[in-house]
Amino acid sequence: MRILGALTITRAASINREIDAEADPLVIDLSGVERMDTVGAWLVYRAVRDRNAKVVGASPEAKSLLDQVAEFDKPAKVRPEEGASFFRILAELGEWIVESGRTLVGLLGFFGATLIGFANVVSRPKRFRWNAVVQRFDVVGIRALGIIGLMSFLIGIVIGQQGAVQLQQFGAEIYTINLIGRITVRELGTLMTAIMVAGRSGSAFAAQLGTMKITEEIDAMRTIGVSPIEALVIPRMIASVVMMPLLAFWAMLMSLLGGGIFVWLSLGIPPLTYVQRLQEVTPLTDLWVGLIKAPVFGFIIALAGCFQGMLVESNSEEVGLRTTTAVVQSIFLVIVLDAVFAVFFSSIGWG
Amino acid sequence: MKDCQPIITVRGLANRFGEQVIHENLDLTVCRGEIIGVVGGSGTGKSVLMRSIIGLQTPDEGEIEVLGENMVGRTEDEAKNIRRRWGILFQNGALFSTLTVAENVEVPIREYFPYIKPPLLDEIASYKIAMGGLPPDAGPKYPSELSGGMVKRAGLARALALDPELLFLDEPTAGLDPISAAAFDELILGLQKRLDLTVFLITHDLDTLYAICDRVAVLADRKVIAVGTIPELLALDHPWIQEYFNGPRGRAAADTAREHAEA
Repeated sequence: MRILGALTITRAASINREIDAEADPLVIDLSGVERMDTVGAWLVYRAVRDRNAKVVGASPEAKSLLDQVAEFDKPAKVRPEEGASFFRILAELGEWIVESGRTLVGLLGFFGATLIGFANVVSRPKRFRWNAVVQRFDVVGIRALGIIGLMSFLIGIVIGQQGAVQLQQFGAEIYTINLIGRITVRELGTLMTAIMVAGRSGSAFAAQLGTMKITEEIDAMRTIGVSPIEALVIPRMIASVVMMPLLAFWAMLMSLLGGGIFVWLSLGIPPLTYVQRLQEVTPLTDLWVGLIKAPVFGFIIALAGCFQGMLVESNSEEVGLRTTTAVVQSIFLVIVLDAVFAVFFSSIGWG
Repeated sequence: MKDCQPIITVRGLANRFGEQVIHENLDLTVCRGEIIGVVGGSGTGKSVLMRSIIGLQTPDEGEIEVLGENMVGRTEDEAKNIRRRWGILFQNGALFSTLTVAENVEVPIREYFPYIKPPLLDEIASYKIAMGGLPPDAGPKYPSELSGGMVKRAGLARALALDPELLFLDEPTAGLDPISAAAFDELILGLQKRLDLTVFLITHDLDTLYAICDRVAVLADRKVIAVGTIPELLALDHPWIQEYFNGPRGRAAADTAREHAEA
């Protein structure tokens, strides 16, 4: 066969088909080729290698290109080997179980390391970076005020509105206030704040520490003698433990405000009545329930975020993965713990 | 340089980041078939110059022409034609971390020639990997499993995927041991001769400059202060150039180059 014009990657697919269609013995005439690149040379070389094709009329440049691709003929695999699908799934399942076990042990170890870090900080408080903590207070707490306030305000309205629709059927709209008061103070204020903090700060912790791990900043810290746990993890933990109850209290107030405005405008209950009624129906223990849970949730969020961040090993893709895991883990743990708290508080009579 | 056929032309380039002026009235011409080395102190905007030429950074002023096409203010479609004809090796390899080395090499081919079938595609990737100087078992590895030198070679293999006419290399030998660096120089020189490449090379490596560059462009004071062969540059009386080439490292590199030439 005679190839005319360009023997380049642009025509690679069609020339490949033509060569395959030719019968043996194959003679390839390159005298009509104007331009050849390595892909073209590869196609010709392959025909020579696999089918003993003869090449005629090759220009010196074409010859050198052919020699060159021949030199680089070292077949490489493109993807890692994969076994049969059944065994692969079995292997993946096994890996997953081992990985989950390791994560659990790792989390426990990380928890221990932070406790040691806390002990070190307490024994030598002067060396601790209080500036870092204050800065975290700002990022975790103060900067979250706007979004958490707005969210809680809207949730207050939604609870009021949904409650009113149902209770009106019994002519019992006044109980909307009981609903708003108890559910926001006891449950939703803290829970929604925890979810928002997990999404806002837990993810940021994981991403920050993960990135620092990749850029070897954390290794650099260790070699200088700065403990990453003390310098990075403890400030974040203190910030989220301290800020969570404050944010949760803020969220409760904003929800009550939202609910109050709703019942005033929609049900015609004046603000003064609303406040008096709230005082009557919401026991103080509800506030304690909400506020006791908050620092625990804050601790869980910081623990999961920092732990996942420190687990990042190799590449930037892992940072994203670990960040997602941190948020999922912390929200899940927060809800599990919330259920435990609910059972606990009602059994000690704070129902 | 006689009968220069310009492949990159930069005229009156200016780049500013806020108050900071990186380039001011910068001119540079790169001729077909040469290896041009770009040197300059840290922060003189070598990488910014490369990013401007390849269109990742829109310059504040100036004209840039690559392979006869205007690079400033063109549409994305027009740029595609040029992107097919160049290969770029970034400073840190910039391999796609979710793909294996071989899949990385296949990305540009798939993008421009989607009708090439997988078996042929895999073969092309294989010999590009060999061409980049990697062993065959590097093909199925992920970038995170590679050493620094291998990442550079894999990046080079990807840059060569489409048989480019023009190759941009951003500090290809930085972070390599001297043996690997010398091997990398050889590799680039060999590829340049065989494939008739034009190479735009940013480097700090004096040995590389002596070993493979036809001409050297010196960046200082926000512009290209001189372009020429190393002897031509040595004849100039600019303090930075003198210090650069006649400092202890410069002399050592010159000696090595002379010994190589004699041997």
